[in-house]
Amino acid sequence: MTDAGKMLLIDGAHIVDPSQALDGAGRILVVNGKIAGCGKIGDGDLPADVERLDARGLIAAPGLVDMRVFVGEPGYEHRETLASASHAAAAGGVTSFVCMPDTNPVIDDVALVDFIQRAARDTAQVNVYPSAALTKGLEGREMTEIGLLSEAGAVGFTDGRHAVRNPRIFLRALTYARDFDALVMHHPEEPELVGSGVMHQGEMATRLGLTGIPVTAETIMIDRDMRLVAQSKGRYHASQLSSAEGAEALARGRRAGLNVTAGVSINHLTLNENDIGAYRTFFKMAPPLRTEDDRQALIEALRTGVIDAIVSSHDPQDVETKRHPFAEAADGAVGLETLLPAALRLYHAGDLSLVQLIRALSTRPAEILGIGAGTLKKGANADMVLFDLDAPWVVRKEDLRSRSKNSPFDEARLSGRVVRTLVAGETVYAYAPA
Amino acid sequence: MDHALKSARRTFRHRHLLGIEQLSPTDIETLLDAADAAVEFSRRPDKKQDILHGRTLVNLFFEASTRTQSSFEIAGKRLGADVLNMSVGVSSVKKGETLIDTAMTLNAMRPDLLVVRHQAAGAAELLSQKVNCAVINAGDGAHEHPTQALLDALTIRRHKGTIAGLTVAICGDIRHSRVARSNILLLNALGARVRVIAPSTLLPPAVERLGVEPYRNMAEGLKDCDIVMMLRLQRERMDGSYVPSVREYYRLFGLDAAKLAIAKPDALVMHPGPMNRGVEIDSDIADSAQSVIREQVEMGVAVRMAVLMLLAENAVYD
Repeated sequence: MTDAGKMLLIDGAHIVDPSQALDGAGRILVVNGKIAGCGKIGDGDLPADVERLDARGLIAAPGLVDMRVFVGEPGYEHRETLASASHAAAAGGVTSFVCMPDTNPVIDDVALVDFIQRAARDTAQVNVYPSAALTKGLEGREMTEIGLLSEAGAVGFTDGRHAVRNPRIFLRALTYARDFDALVMHHPEEPELVGSGVMHQGEMATRLGLTGIPVTAETIMIDRDMRLVAQSKGRYHASQLSSAEGAEALARGRRAGLNVTAGVSINHLTLNENDIGAYRTFFKMAPPLRTEDDRQALIEALRTGVIDAIVSSHDPQDVETKRHPFAEAADGAVGLETLLPAALRLYHAGDLSLVQLIRALSTRPAEILGIGAGTLKKGANADMVLFDLDAPWVVRKEDLRSRSKNSPFDEARLSGRVVRTLVAGETVYAYAPA
Repeated sequence: MDHALKSARRTFRHRHLLGIEQLSPTDIETLLDAADAAVEFSRRPDKKQDILHGRTLVNLFFEASTRTQSSFEIAGKRLGADVLNMSVGVSSVKKGETLIDTAMTLNAMRPDLLVVRHQAAGAAELLSQKVNCAVINAGDGAHEHPTQALLDALTIRRHKGTIAGLTVAICGDIRHSRVARSNILLLNALGARVRVIAPSTLLPPAVERLGVEPYRNMAEGLKDCDIVMMLRLQRERMDGSYVPSVREYYRLFGLDAAKLAIAKPDALVMHPGPMNRGVEIDSDIADSAQSVIREQVEMGVAVRMAVLMLLAENAVYD
């Protein structure tokens, strides 16, 4: 190892890398921003003056890849910019994220994909991958330039928060997208069944006097989509599942051999409808938080591989949109910064192993997106997170780096925190104890 | 002309020309031979014949088409027929009724040849059951447009000598195209290898069952092609319904010099017209030496003369 270049040795960490089935002690050598070695690296292979990072007691894993992040740029910069979202991401161990096209203007044109890429390059600390709208203006009527947008760098096509209501249009878009092997990411909620609903339909909603959203809103859309995927043979990703039945509907598609994948938000894995308590709007989201049984089923679906990816579904909202009576408040919760610590709840509860968690938070999403991240293999970009598995802390919304503070984990006690985040070998976040 | 016609009479037995589907390879060759003779004849200063003297040809167009209608009109007049053009707009009356009522009315006027263009598939077939004269399908919905396929075949044959063994790519809106369907049938009948190239949204379901190889991109589909046949893309299909935009369609499927270079160096470029320059075809390519688009128009008259002559021969009068 004599080639000149910037070298960094991460020493003493416990490495978790599902892409190489690594789960044990080892060293990671970074040269010029790339992984030059991972696992057993003898001192003889290293120059004497290599920079060493003492990572004893920490877990080293590929940086998280978040497939669903809403950013306010362009159009809603007061809620979040690419820069502020990237700071939140870095603090949460997220080294790559996909931004949703629900901006103003909507990202439905090559020029806007270019804009996001340039703005991200100039201002963001982590890798930002734009997704583009599946239909023009997110209106669900006419498909976008999927060929040209793919070429420009859009990693997926989605109407973001919106479902494509019209099955004929969705079928055509899936069919057209298939020619480019483009990924179609869909929000599987039937709008007519959501209606004026604001939370999970059931006892809680009835007691609170709120209109419910039935599980059927999710299952009917997934069932529909599975049939359309079967006909079009397109590549489909259900952005977020919220229910046991929704996961089962997707599992049926998988068993039928369809090219489908699915995500779930960290909120749906760690919270349930009871958290809404006294009309707390930070717990209002789409799809809604459902029952404890649903939460357990979603964890099981992750374990069995029916669900591939955990997302933050980071959705910054300000007091203007959140400080309202529950039914009138906007959906959405920020989550980039708490993604990993909240996910570690599942580890500490014995629900998922670290390998299972990192696979769902990093390796699988990178594979689905085809972005060559989510791994510490030799030659990969040195995008990495070092974290303390057990450090206890309390989330304080005023400490969040996001411009918006609508975190459902505000004042939550979490075990485990990000100590350092590297993007292409450079430290973009280091925990500094107060 | 007379000689070609005489030999043709012996083999061509059809009363109507409803589609390529009903024609045998021999029928097609017979029509093309007769059309070859009509080309020579049409290039003389004196083009008038009296083969159809006394016969009445009615052009019944429910869809406007200046070029096809005038092509039939010229063909009929060159052969000495009396030609009547009837342009029937789509009225608010139920279409089925209108079609049959119109047919019965026309039939009472005792025409000999009825050329019909209609927006509904099967319209020519339906008319042929209701009238006594010969019916020529000049396009029925997305079903068939046999004289277009014949004129395309004539153009190809005159350049390449034969159709058997050629590789022909039909590119563009295959799904909605009667020209594509007739050409697929004819080219297959005469032994060509037929490819269709289009985005999946513009390919009809089960298209491979028609005996074509489907391709989703021009780079693969145009490789080693002898003939590149472009189809017109209707405006209303490029705004996000089947194709996202003109810009994307032109980039991916518009025939430009770079894409044409993938086909054989002596490949012919064809288009049934009217062209959307800058949508499915680059303007320079449309006017290039490889383009036979204008020649197709000339062959159209010849093919239609051949069809009119042979059908008039087979007419039955009681």
